[in-house]
Amino acid sequence: MKRLMAFIRKEFLHIFRDYRTLIILFGLPAAQILIFGYAVRTDMTNAGIAVLDNAHDEISAELITKLDASEFFEIKYHLDSYSEIDPAFKKGAIKAAIIFPEDFGANLMREGNAAVSIIADGSEANNANLIVGYTTAILNDYTAGLTQQLSSSMPVINAEVRMFFNPNLQSHFMFVPGVITLILILTSALMTSVTIVREKEFGSMEVLLVSPLRPWQIIIGKVTPYFFLSLVDVIVILLMAWLVFGLPVQGSVALLIAECMLYILLGLSIGILVSTSANKMENAIFISFLALMLPTLLLSGFIFPLENMPKVYDYVSWFLPPRWFVEIIRSIMIKGTGFVYIWKETLILVAMTLFFMIMSARRFKIRLGEGDK
Amino acid sequence: MEREKVIEVHDLVKKFGAFVANDHLTFDVYKGEIFGFLGANGAGKTTAIRILCGLSRPTSGRVKVAGIDAGRPEEIKKRIGYMSQRFSLYEDLTVTENIELYGGIYGMTMNQIRPRTKSLLEKLSFTEYADTLIKSLPLGLRQKLAFAVAVFHDPEIVFLDEPTSGVDPITRRQFWEMIYETASRGITVFVTTHYMDEAEYCDRVTIMNEGRIVALDTPSALRNQYGTSSVEELFVKITRPQKEQL
Repeated sequence: MKRLMAFIRKEFLHIFRDYRTLIILFGLPAAQILIFGYAVRTDMTNAGIAVLDNAHDEISAELITKLDASEFFEIKYHLDSYSEIDPAFKKGAIKAAIIFPEDFGANLMREGNAAVSIIADGSEANNANLIVGYTTAILNDYTAGLTQQLSSSMPVINAEVRMFFNPNLQSHFMFVPGVITLILILTSALMTSVTIVREKEFGSMEVLLVSPLRPWQIIIGKVTPYFFLSLVDVIVILLMAWLVFGLPVQGSVALLIAECMLYILLGLSIGILVSTSANKMENAIFISFLALMLPTLLLSGFIFPLENMPKVYDYVSWFLPPRWFVEIIRSIMIKGTGFVYIWKETLILVAMTLFFMIMSARRFKIRLGEGDK
Repeated sequence: MEREKVIEVHDLVKKFGAFVANDHLTFDVYKGEIFGFLGANGAGKTTAIRILCGLSRPTSGRVKVAGIDAGRPEEIKKRIGYMSQRFSLYEDLTVTENIELYGGIYGMTMNQIRPRTKSLLEKLSFTEYADTLIKSLPLGLRQKLAFAVAVFHDPEIVFLDEPTSGVDPITRRQFWEMIYETASRGITVFVTTHYMDEAEYCDRVTIMNEGRIVALDTPSALRNQYGTSSVEELFVKITRPQKEQL
């Protein structure tokens, strides 16, 4: 135990003496939270639009005021002709143009229906969809009111939508769990694999193996600091999410931390496994990045919803730890669910952790036993 | 005179598949001896030293290090020190931190480590470097310090794997003075080298070629036996003809 403590102390010294490691450990999570929180937003406010009002009647004027008043849009231009639409898009100042045809109000009153054209900037497909959605909602809202005014006897179906758990559909509700998943993979799997491989590369591993430290003690000594620092990262991220974005943890914080510990263990055992198959630090980084970071970003449901992907990717994601972990923290943080609802996901992570631990322990042994040059 | 044997190797064979890296090695090393291990790259030196250090198991044969059978490497490891040319001390730790690390790994307490560190640094006139990072020390100093660290816990045997590669002649001299001093304390020194002049400093040398021991005796006895004026000449004479037969 004494031997192990001396070794763990050395590992902490390595970390605190290397500013690059410190940046990855503490700067990166903070930066990611801020970037995802402020820059990468999948919801939208104050999108610039242009309106071309060919109708010039009461109803069109009223709708334009409504559009402008909504928090989603800001009317940048009031256009006079079709020819002005194209240049306005090209300048990049607007995301959509809304066109009221001649006799808009008259048609609506007389025939009970009228058309509005929405031209959206399709080069940003996501935004275009959102804009169309918002505009349609505003128009529907208006006509619903209008119909009720005109003939209160006519039955109208009003869909009243309420978003559970995230009433305003704020995107940082989605990204905080994702950032935790990403950062933990980075600090636990990537950084440990690199630090173990570094010992091999410099030849210090041999000196350690000749010492009375058992191989498992060397591994424990290497990963222990990263376990604790990863936990610190979790706390930093949660605090930032709470203080900067006002996103509290709905469920039990203790449960959340416990699940994070499990995920860190999983990451560490993957890191150890990676370290047994890489002899150079670059290789370790490459393997970790390819095998861990990309799937985390793409197939965890963190940025791209898995439901929208072909079924095959969904099946693939079953084998990826981040998928289950994102699910778990989302449930605890946002829905506030208890362990009863996430035991299945937790069990899957436990099984994966055991699998990787056994795998890496076996590989480590093989390499030591007959891994002579 | 019956001297105490600290390493006993009898009929040691190590095979990697069909390749025989150590072919029936038999030798003893005595307490307090400086035992040189010579051989070209690939002669089987590294394999043998790894087995003696408990890093690798022999395929067959009997190996005892510090009185302990090679089947219990964990016990052997507590009684030996090791230094390799490839790695000497962690560069991002200070001199004192490195000493404390190795002392700690070898089971010493801080109360044992601190006074010894102080006297060690004084002896090496290193006191001013106590809190200097290793990376800002010149290579010669690092190697000397690495050796001091390898024997810091008073092992019975210290294994030095080409300890003086790339070190200037003056430092090499000082290094060998440290080796003599260590041996005089009763610590056995097992050293591999490819500097033939260093072989002359050893009490006995072993020359390995293609997995076998081809010569083993004191440097002077070997010179007489083969009628050469230096170990270097002797080494060339012994290993060359066999190469040409291939």
